[in-house]
Amino acid sequence: MPSATRAIHLNEVSKVYGDFAALRKVTAELSAGKTFVILGQNGAGKSTLLRILAGLIRPSFGKVTVLGSQDVAAIRRRIGYLSHDSMVYDELTALENLGYAARLYADADPSAEPMWKPEEALDLVGLDAALDRPVGKFSQGMRQRAALARVLMSKPELLLLDEPFSNVDFASSSKMLQVLGKLRAEGKTILLTTHQPELARPIADCFCTMHEGQIAAMEFFSPEGSAA
Amino acid sequence: MKRTLQVGLPIALAILAVGFYQAIFVAPTEATMGEVQRIFYYHVPSAIMALLFPYVNFAASAAYLLIRRSNPLRAQAADALALAAAEVTLVFASIGLATGMLWGRAAWGIWWTWDARLTSFLMLWLLYVSYLLLRRFTAGGQTQTLAAVLSVFAAIDVPIVYMSIRWWRTQHPSPVFFGGPDTGIDPHMVPAFVLNVAGWFAWGVLLVTLRYQLQRKRQRADQDATLRALESTLQSVR
Amino acid sequence: MNYARTVWAHLQKDLRLEWRSKDALNGMLFFSLLVVVLFSFAFDPTMAVSRQIAGGILWVALLFASVTALNQTWTRELRNRVLDAQRMAPSPASALFLSKVLANFLFVTMIQVVLAPLFIIFYNLRAIGQGWLMLLVLPLGTLALVVNGTFFAALSLRTRNREMLLPLILFPVSVPALLAMVQSTTAILTGESDPGLWIRMLSGYDIIFVTLCLLLFETVLDAE
Repeated sequence: MPSATRAIHLNEVSKVYGDFAALRKVTAELSAGKTFVILGQNGAGKSTLLRILAGLIRPSFGKVTVLGSQDVAAIRRRIGYLSHDSMVYDELTALENLGYAARLYADADPSAEPMWKPEEALDLVGLDAALDRPVGKFSQGMRQRAALARVLMSKPELLLLDEPFSNVDFASSSKMLQVLGKLRAEGKTILLTTHQPELARPIADCFCTMHEGQIAAMEFFSPEGSAA
Repeated sequence: MKRTLQVGLPIALAILAVGFYQAIFVAPTEATMGEVQRIFYYHVPSAIMALLFPYVNFAASAAYLLIRRSNPLRAQAADALALAAAEVTLVFASIGLATGMLWGRAAWGIWWTWDARLTSFLMLWLLYVSYLLLRRFTAGGQTQTLAAVLSVFAAIDVPIVYMSIRWWRTQHPSPVFFGGPDTGIDPHMVPAFVLNVAGWFAWGVLLVTLRYQLQRKRQRADQDATLRALESTLQSVR
Repeated sequence: MNYARTVWAHLQKDLRLEWRSKDALNGMLFFSLLVVVLFSFAFDPTMAVSRQIAGGILWVALLFASVTALNQTWTRELRNRVLDAQRMAPSPASALFLSKVLANFLFVTMIQVVLAPLFIIFYNLRAIGQGWLMLLVLPLGTLALVVNGTFFAALSLRTRNREMLLPLILFPVSVPALLAMVQSTTAILTGESDPGLWIRMLSGYDIIFVTLCLLLFETVLDAE
């Protein structure tokens, strides 16, 4: 593994629901500035892992360190999380959705680094023509792009994307890949789960395969894209 | 648990037996109400316990909320205590309501009246029913937190119950104790009353302790099941 | 200042959503109308009796109607899992709660504005006491209903039988408030007693529970 700084450190992290273990003693170090593509079947623990990293659920056991902090809830601002649901209001337009989110971020910490304007963020994902349409009328791909724009607005250091490409048309997924590639070049850390490794391959630094709540394999690629 | 039973049960039963003897055979018959007044020795102690254990429930719930992040293991114990206290509160409140109705029928000629104290007491009962319902309806790790939050709400209603005695005109006898110069009971009634309060208090403490220990056992069993789930699936992969 | 702006951002969003869907308002309005009509069959609304019972009917109708709206409050945030986005946002959680309370307060007040004239007509009401005091009792009572209602709706959000659980935990806690609302309204309508004590009690109840809810909301939101 390259000796860059760690973005994420997991120490024997487990999450148990009743008698079902979603994550089982996962120990891993993920370095900053890389893109990790997490593969695995449904129920392998991918979503649980991302939700724990986002601070939305707490692990049953084990220690999680994200961006140098163990109190993940405290640094949520620096994390962008996208679940497979869009996390935007169907009744509001794309611009309204992002404008609302922007106000929540700006008012909470006015001294923080200036964020993207809603228009800029939507332009970034290629939705500049659909600003004023209700998100509910969007196609799945457009909705997912709007959701990505909302997450990108606050310029998070760590991106956690849960199935961003599922049920998304080709134009949308290639646009999203293009944006993610740009972010990767800027040195952001990206974790994304997908069922389509071939799609995410161009931006991946590492394929992590999860199986039954554990990281079963990690395959690194050199920056040029050939297997290391 | 066995130890608790061996020590606690004889003590509680002994006090209750003496209290029963005092209440039924020794204490003088009340002038206006007659023999039926003797239910006082059961009604009032139960009511007192039903107003006492909510504080245990509240204290334990507040403790749970405060330490659930910093000390999860001790927080589990606090939660077990909160649950035990809530269930025992409900038992005593039910007894208080039932004996109160019996007494009310004999003394006032009616089973129930919507006066402030009765209503507040019924409210207390309802609150703890809803507390236990909430615990039933929630699943997973959030039950304890949500229940603790509701308990804080419920406990804040208990002072309102108490204040309501003085605020609202009421059919229920005004406070027998500490109510002013003309209040208080016949000195001959005191031993029976005190003994019954002590007896039911001991009984309540015993129940809470037993329920607490049972809940702790369940928590440990759950924990074991969790660890087993973690370990057994681990092996199935390797 | 920033806090107020955040509350306003949330509130604006909620009002906009309600304006576009009208989920809560329509149901609530029709529901409380039905209750008023049904009660007039159950109790003969003749002049003498109606004053005594109207206060109770008004508040029970509003209580039931609020529950229908309160259940909608947070389901809106569950759709598309927007609630996760709310939890990730750096703005204070209590601001989100406060805005929901304000939104529900507005909705219930709107219902009251529609319902009040109907009520006066159906029950031949004319306040014998100081009618203007209703302008104090209505907002105080509404706040008491919606503050705990909004809180408990959030609390029952991730439970089984969510819609069932809300009234089960809301009503017992609301009993003192309901008592105070009904008694003060009756006192005003009949003019037989002084509603002052009840209004003071209602105010106290509001202050206590608004504070409590604001303090504990984050705990509930991040209960998992």
